Amino acid sequence: MATAVMTTLDPKSRSAARGMSDLTIRNLFIIPTIVFLIVFNIFPLLYSLGYSFTDFRASSAAPATFVGLQNYRELLNDPFIWSNFAITAKYVIVSVVGQVIVGFGVALLLNRDIPLKGLLTTLLLLPMMLSMAVVGLFWKLLYDPSFGIINYTLGLGSFEWLSNPDMALYAVAITDIWMWSPFVMLLSLAGLSAVPKHLYEAAAIDRAGSFYTFFRITLPLVAPILMIAIIFRTMEAFKTFDLAYILTSQPTTEVISIRLYKMAFQEWQTGRSCALAYIVLIMILAITNIYVKYLNKVKER
Amino acid sequence: MAAVTTSAERSLNKLAIVGVLIVTIIFLAPIYWIASTAFKPRNLATTIPPTVVFQPEISPFVKLFTKRSQLRTAPTPEQYAAAPWWERLVFDGGEKVVRSGRGEVQWSGYPSRFMNSLIVAITSTILAVGMGTFTAYGFSRFKIKGEQDLLFFILSTRMLPPVVVAIPMFLMYRAVGLNDTHWGLIILYTAFNLSFSVWLMKGFMDEIPKEYEEAALVDGYTRMEAFFKIVLPEAATGIAATAVFCFITAWNEYAFALIMTNRRAQTAPPFIPSQVGSGLSDWTVIAAGTFLFLLPVAIFTFLLRNHLLRGMSFGAIRK
Repeated sequence: MATAVMTTLDPKSRSAARGMSDLTIRNLFIIPTIVFLIVFNIFPLLYSLGYSFTDFRASSAAPATFVGLQNYRELLNDPFIWSNFAITAKYVIVSVVGQVIVGFGVALLLNRDIPLKGLLTTLLLLPMMLSMAVVGLFWKLLYDPSFGIINYTLGLGSFEWLSNPDMALYAVAITDIWMWSPFVMLLSLAGLSAVPKHLYEAAAIDRAGSFYTFFRITLPLVAPILMIAIIFRTMEAFKTFDLAYILTSQPTTEVISIRLYKMAFQEWQTGRSCALAYIVLIMILAITNIYVKYLNKVKER
Repeated sequence: MAAVTTSAERSLNKLAIVGVLIVTIIFLAPIYWIASTAFKPRNLATTIPPTVVFQPEISPFVKLFTKRSQLRTAPTPEQYAAAPWWERLVFDGGEKVVRSGRGEVQWSGYPSRFMNSLIVAITSTILAVGMGTFTAYGFSRFKIKGEQDLLFFILSTRMLPPVVVAIPMFLMYRAVGLNDTHWGLIILYTAFNLSFSVWLMKGFMDEIPKEYEEAALVDGYTRMEAFFKIVLPEAATGIAATAVFCFITAWNEYAFALIMTNRRAQTAPPFIPSQVGSGLSDWTVIAAGTFLFLLPVAIFTFLLRNHLLRGMSFGAIRK
């Protein structure tokens, strides 16, 4: 990252005398944002950390009683919570792998001499810009067993996508793949177009096969950017709530965010849900840390 | 040799073009389908086989904005003749527009949700981009102790899952009466977008040569004057792109809105899906609501097309 050196003003100069010092300006520009984020992001988290050691229920007037680590102990020993994590993991793997295959595949196709490439790329990027909640809603129409166009187009008769416990999670993942493959495609395209042309020319002179060229030139050079896409999508898929919540209510699609939402706002087990939120939070921070380290590494090149 | 490669290359290229076209059609089909359903007569929305060719209608949009009830008896010819064109469309669908005692047309829940979405998204965008621009300039131009850690801190606030933040925020908002208010959502969305706006704007600021300001400082400008008169105009494109990204994020947000609002300040994303009932739901009206809601984002995507890469990667990848 470029380190900008502060321009020091000659203290006797006219502008230094008239204006605020750089130090004041720096503080004026930065501190409000930091304070805002601490007040509205960190303070609430401390607040819920406190509640996570209590049996507080927001729906009752009973005061919170300190229960120590009981919430954490119970959650970590609860097989249902672990099954929610397992569902989340399955969802993350299916949807991220799907997105990488489709997204990178389409990027490879687009990385050729395609007429109207700019327009087609923009059109392909449209799904990821839409609201996940609303996308979930209209995919319900598409998945409908009797009049949905998916069953009609694929000739599946009245196949149940969303009310079939074995299929529902895949249906949510398919929608997620539709929505977010464009993201992987966008990043892959950037990586592909940065591969120096002369490498391919050299490979052609050496009569390298296209298989060899792909695995020895294209893939290694695109890998860092592809990795950014993968980590980013993993993080987002881990947090997923909207799509699965709107598309189905099958127990087999109860990812961890949905469990957390139900625990907090339907069962009103506030204290316990705060503890679960902390368990999720620690996992997210770990992935974020990997992500940022990787970003900085890629940026340095 | 060379000729062979080119002809092989050419046929490969043709294959790629066909492939891209097929993929584009598959990717756009769902969007086309919801958009076309918004213009269908109700009886053609859920047919088997699906109706592709039809006479487009505007009636789903009329129904979207008005409160309606089932017609028990057909309107008399006089009633029908006296009704404005849009009310006739509702009559044709076997429903009537609900009017108040004084004969005023009753609105559906949609327009107010759409307005709420606009108010919340626009206000939070202005706040997030405003603060983000200043902060990004600070990070870009001044030496800051622990800069990397601060930037990581700022980014990490964005990565928190909405439901995790929503639990304590819900309790705090309940205590101070911010639940189901515009400001409640605006604060949450500003906090959410602020980190994004700092990261993205920092990238744009880094690209503005600092020699520009230095020249201005030498000419007797104060640092503030240099910032407002030299840096801000240079950063205009970046600010605009950041603003559009923030707007789209706030516009699309669902989880916070679901938890923090229920009526007065409810935005469109939790409202639109709540309209789907069991079996009887009128998909043309839902599609019309969806279509209107997605339209601004579709337009913005085209305006943003050259910034999408940078925006979606938090400014990490630039071109």
